[in-house]
Amino acid sequence: MILTGAEIFIECLKREGVKTVFALPGGVVLKIFDMLHQQKDLEIILTRHEQGAGHMAEGYAKATGKAGVCLVTSGPGMTNVITALADAYMDSVPLVCFSGQVPTSLIGNDAFQEADNVGLSRPCTKYNFLVKDVNDLATTIKEAFYIATTGRPGPVLVDIPKDVSMAKTEFSYPNSVSIRGYNPTYEGNKWQIKQAAEAITKAKKPILYVGGGVVFSGASQELLELAEMTQIPVDMTLMGLGAFPGEHPLSMGMMGMHGTYQANMAVHYSDLVIAVGARFDDRVTGKVSEFCPYAKIIHIDIDPTSIRKNINVDIPIVGDCKTVLRELNQILRATVNGEQKELRKPWWDQICEWRQAHPLTYHQEKDGPIKPQQVVKQLYELTKNRDPIVSTDVGQHQMWAAQYFKLAKPNRWLTSGGLGTMGFGFPAAMGAQAAFRDRLVLCIAGDGSIQMNMQEMATAVVSKLPVKIIILNNRFHGMVRQWQDLFYEGRYASSYLDTTPDFVKLAEAYGAVGLRANKVGDLDSVLKEAMATDKPVIVDVQTYPYENCYPMIPAGGCNHEMILEDPPELKKKQSGAARVTPEDKDTVLTA
Amino acid sequence: MEHIISVTVENKFGVLSRVAGLFSGRGFNIESLSVAPTLDPSMSQMTIVTSGDERIIEQIVKQLNKLIDVIKVVDLNETESVSRETAIIKVHTKDEDRAEALRIVDIFRANVIDSTPSTYTIEVSGDPKKIEAIINLLQPLGIKELVRTGRVAVAREPIRPATVQAKKVVRE
Ligand SMILES: Cc1cc2nc3c(=O)[nH]c(=O)nc-3n(C[C@H](O)[C@H](O)[C@H](O)COP(=O)(O)OP(=O)(O)OC[C@H]3O[C@@H](n4cnc5c(N)ncnc54)[C@H](O)[C@@H]3O)c2cc1C
Ligand SMILES: Cc1ncc(C[n+]2csc(CCOP(=O)(O)OP(=O)(O)O)c2C)c(N)n1
Ligand SMILES: [Mg+2]
Repeated sequence: MILTGAEIFIECLKREGVKTVFALPGGVVLKIFDMLHQQKDLEIILTRHEQGAGHMAEGYAKATGKAGVCLVTSGPGMTNVITALADAYMDSVPLVCFSGQVPTSLIGNDAFQEADNVGLSRPCTKYNFLVKDVNDLATTIKEAFYIATTGRPGPVLVDIPKDVSMAKTEFSYPNSVSIRGYNPTYEGNKWQIKQAAEAITKAKKPILYVGGGVVFSGASQELLELAEMTQIPVDMTLMGLGAFPGEHPLSMGMMGMHGTYQANMAVHYSDLVIAVGARFDDRVTGKVSEFCPYAKIIHIDIDPTSIRKNINVDIPIVGDCKTVLRELNQILRATVNGEQKELRKPWWDQICEWRQAHPLTYHQEKDGPIKPQQVVKQLYELTKNRDPIVSTDVGQHQMWAAQYFKLAKPNRWLTSGGLGTMGFGFPAAMGAQAAFRDRLVLCIAGDGSIQMNMQEMATAVVSKLPVKIIILNNRFHGMVRQWQDLFYEGRYASSYLDTTPDFVKLAEAYGAVGLRANKVGDLDSVLKEAMATDKPVIVDVQTYPYENCYPMIPAGGCNHEMILEDPPELKKKQSGAARVTPEDKDTVLTA
Repeated sequence: MEHIISVTVENKFGVLSRVAGLFSGRGFNIESLSVAPTLDPSMSQMTIVTSGDERIIEQIVKQLNKLIDVIKVVDLNETESVSRETAIIKVHTKDEDRAEALRIVDIFRANVIDSTPSTYTIEVSGDPKKIEAIINLLQPLGIKELVRTGRVAVAREPIRPATVQAKKVVRE
């Protein structure tokens, strides 16, 4: 079959099982768009900005576990999508991004809208390709999907010059690929796994430290079996949320900088840390030299570079979580008996004590301003039976969502952890909604973050992606203000956002639905109304602006040295401002 | 500590920038890097001289291995190896210095590969110490130009790639 490059592109995507492409056209990709326009198998979602396209592809990927696909033009199209590629690279999200390039004869001539796409994306992709010959196109696309989705997943860029998309050749799609420099290890070393099993049987104070790798690997079932069989408590990273049921009695919640008291105390005092698909990020370890000082560490990770990058490990196991946990469980099934329960009774007593001493708390006055935690909690209670997909932006609201929205299953949590990209939440939610049209998709957003990709509301309305956005509107870059209150003597340098825009009117201007909650009493009815709407909705929740997120481990601090509440000076100051309303701009600025 | 790392890569455009980008992006040190095709023209051989403590070298080896265009990585410090560097030195030689220059060339078993009335161009190969030594001796005569290849090295015995060794670290 003789096909043009553009037709080959479409045929390859179909064969890879792609259903949706998030895209924005431009000169050098017009041939591809023209062909996409004339077929029905792939749905094209036209975004309003290429960053939006990238994050939508990420949301799609995180929710489905398959590669997300976006398509952008050369030059500015490419530079606009870079943030999303960097985000996907940090969080190991499988993505295949296609970019247009000027014709091969013009490459290097500073042609109109030329950019060195491969050079620009090299540090933020797992791999990238420039296709110089139409005869290489099919194989390249096959390799791109293979690399993006295997081993430690990540974004891959395929740069297609205009003439390559127009040129014709005989099409044949390779059945398989083999790349001699790329052979991810899935099977863990048997001897190491045996060592791990032995350490687990002997440990008096073990803890599981579970990360995003468990979600990518689809190892939740194996993890559940391991935890229940051995009665080991489970700490989750921000990216690991959902890998283990949040309401399970063995769940300790999130660990790290804004993790729960119990999760951080347990990891600090444990004698065996079993890290599964987690990468010892500094938001989790705090001061590296004093991270779990009493523990042996087992580390299961598919990427050898994750092991011993930040922390020394006693029993490293390179392999896929699912495969390794299966094998580990098999050994443990034969060795675990009632003895371990007896052995670990003091540990569990200690954990219960921690749990009771400092559970997550906040104080919601009946007639007082709305506390952000209250919003997340009510949203959770209201929607948990609908098995929602939840995305967040970046900031305090993200941390409260992580603390109070207890996820029961994996692939329902879309958040930007490694890069911490404000503006991620809304487009990511849209990507997930595009994959699952009938599911409830929530986006818990900040008033600052949401404005970074607000333009995608047009996409949501036109493409009928009825995402429910709940803005915890504190009129601040709240996370920045928190640091300023704690470490910069309360000088609010460029963190106050003021009271514009009116998000309700903004939603309406786009043809979406806008709702507002000013009082705690409004919350229930407003949230219910939002959930019952079949259009995209913004719920503007006016929250108390000075609420701080705790526990908090100051950057570089130790895990057992958490700040649990506002220091006294801050409390005093804030009691004066407790009644700040959006209109009280002057109070806010002088507080 | 200094390590010589031998890296077999795909002979494709862009591979050098991936390797160089890895070092600069992660703050690893490159003292020298040399690259040329192997007997099999689809592959190139790089010799990278770098330095760092054990943890850093382990990361360098693993990160190199992680690059998709990298086929094999060998940390030559883990085995016996021989290494060589070549320097080409153009020295300014006035009449009375010409004999002295030739004497130095002789002692170091270097070669004069070009000569003009006022210069000798000298080629010398050896380990870095030898090259430093001849440079020191030639300096008083007046070195006009100096280029060095950076080191190239091979293991004395065929050895297993550092991929396997990285996994051995993992196994102990
Ligand atoms: C404002 C803000 C605050 C934050 N606060 C916190 C906090 O309090 N606590 C917290 O935990 N994080 C926090 N983070 C997130 C933090 O920055 C890191 O993104 C996060 O801790 C990393 O999670 P992870 O270790 O699970 O790694 P991930 O980034 O999810 O990496 C996954 C790991 O699993 C491996 N892997 C992938 N696939 C497989 C497989 N199939 N089998 C085995 N291994 C696999 C990968 O190689 C990698 O090492 C915060 C982020 C922001 C923006
Ligand atoms: C693109 C980007 N720019 C800047 C930052 C730094 N930053 C982190 S949190 C934050 C404030 C976020 O404000 P908002 O979205 O209102 O959330 P809040 O903390 O108020 O809940 C900022 C500016 C970032 N993470 N991302
Ligand atoms: Mg805010």
